[in-house]
Amino acid sequence: MLISNSLATFGRYCLFMKRVFALPDRWGVFGRRTVAEVSKLGIDSIPLVIVISLFIGAVIAIQMQLNITSPLIPAYSVGLATRDIVLLEFSNSILCLILAGKVGSNIASEIGTMRVTEQIDALEIMGVNSSNFLVLPKIIAFVLFMPFLVIICIGTSLIGGYLVAVFTDIISVSRYVYGLQALFNEWYVWYGLIKSLFFAFIIASVASFFGYYVKGGALDVGKASTNGVVSSSILILLFDVILTKLLLQ
Amino acid sequence: MIEVKDIVKSFDGRTVLHDVSATFYTGKTNLIIGQSGSGKTVLMKSLVGLLQPDSGSILFDGRDIVTMPAHEVKELRKEIGMLFQGSALFDSETVLGNVMFPLVMFTDKSREEMLDRAHFCIRRVNLTGAENKYPSEISGGMQKRVAIARAIALNPKYLFCDEPNSGLDPKTSILIDELLSDITHEYGITTVINTHDMNSVLGIGENIIFINKGRREWVGDMTQIYTTANEALNDFVFATELFQQVRNYVKANGTVKHQDQK
Repeated sequence: MLISNSLATFGRYCLFMKRVFALPDRWGVFGRRTVAEVSKLGIDSIPLVIVISLFIGAVIAIQMQLNITSPLIPAYSVGLATRDIVLLEFSNSILCLILAGKVGSNIASEIGTMRVTEQIDALEIMGVNSSNFLVLPKIIAFVLFMPFLVIICIGTSLIGGYLVAVFTDIISVSRYVYGLQALFNEWYVWYGLIKSLFFAFIIASVASFFGYYVKGGALDVGKASTNGVVSSSILILLFDVILTKLLLQ
Repeated sequence: MIEVKDIVKSFDGRTVLHDVSATFYTGKTNLIIGQSGSGKTVLMKSLVGLLQPDSGSILFDGRDIVTMPAHEVKELRKEIGMLFQGSALFDSETVLGNVMFPLVMFTDKSREEMLDRAHFCIRRVNLTGAENKYPSEISGGMQKRVAIARAIALNPKYLFCDEPNSGLDPKTSILIDELLSDITHEYGITTVINTHDMNSVLGIGENIIFINKGRREWVGDMTQIYTTANEALNDFVFATELFQQVRNYVKANGTVKHQDQK
């Protein structure tokens, strides 16, 4: 039963995506909507990304220092470990799990409300491909802007660790900065950026799917929003494993 | 003209519409009436193509929307305007933005021409001055009028209205009825109104189709309805003391003053 339901939902998702990725009726309108979505989904997320990254970066640096106490491990390892944790996992997977909550619920509730207030029916009756009109700009905007969020996250997290070095005496600034530069592997940055593109697509498309097929009223919009966030979070974790296996091994 | 021929629609084995046939005339206000659960919303959704009937045909001036390929349905929909029960205005757009929307999506007019047309439609529904307000900033009656302005922006041949008076006070309901009736006659639109409102039935019903338990039971106009022998229709329309008194008055005097006889 669970498997057949899951397969049916996946089938509906695929059909939905087929409609979403049709050519827009009006490229000018599509362009304007995409720019508006960049602002709403991307730029509006920057403050949250900065706040979270700053504190998590600081926490990672403190925890590294507390856990790396062996005299055999060089002191600059704190900077190195902080950098690699941020590059490999925090700036993409964890950040996207957080954004699945903010952006995913925003998308699902917006589209779900349009469904229950018949705004989507109004679009369909006018002859507009509503899924393409509403969802494609969100997916394109969020996927395009996600690398910027990842870069902001990386920079801010490392600054968070740096501030720990500056304002506490648990690690010296010079050792932290040396650690940030030591044994740097450029591929880790690309790996994080590539993963984030997949995750951005998952967040925007899955949340849109759950919002688009809402039936009922305000309570059902809330449920769809929760389902969108939970499903996209699980998919992000699943794809994290798959992409890590494919890209790092 | 829209001709509905023998349409049947079922959900999970339960038949909601049984061989319903009806004709909706051009330049007339055609009303679909019936009790809740009688199937009139299903009929309306089938008419606009949101539901696919199991069998039968729906001809828009001879073009069958049931068997039409998707790209032709898309073209036909540009000739359709729809007024939803809850207005269905786009929350993120102003009044002007809502009325401009179909013009931007489906015409190649210049921005000035589109603005001219949008302002004309807004004036037509007496909403001048509200152009820059958002739907949340205006009353339910004004929202309905914006929805009418949006529906007529592309000069539709067919206008569908689902419960246009729901949630409105009696005075505003009459204004909306008059507006729909005027627009229908002025532009020669085939207007189909799905309603529960007895004031609308007796005020603007030029062609009334009564649906009962999924079947078309009666067809007539607002004058014939006073003398109908159909029991279910009588129970539905003249359910209140007030309307019974109106019917008795009309039967005794042979006439009633309608809005179009002012």
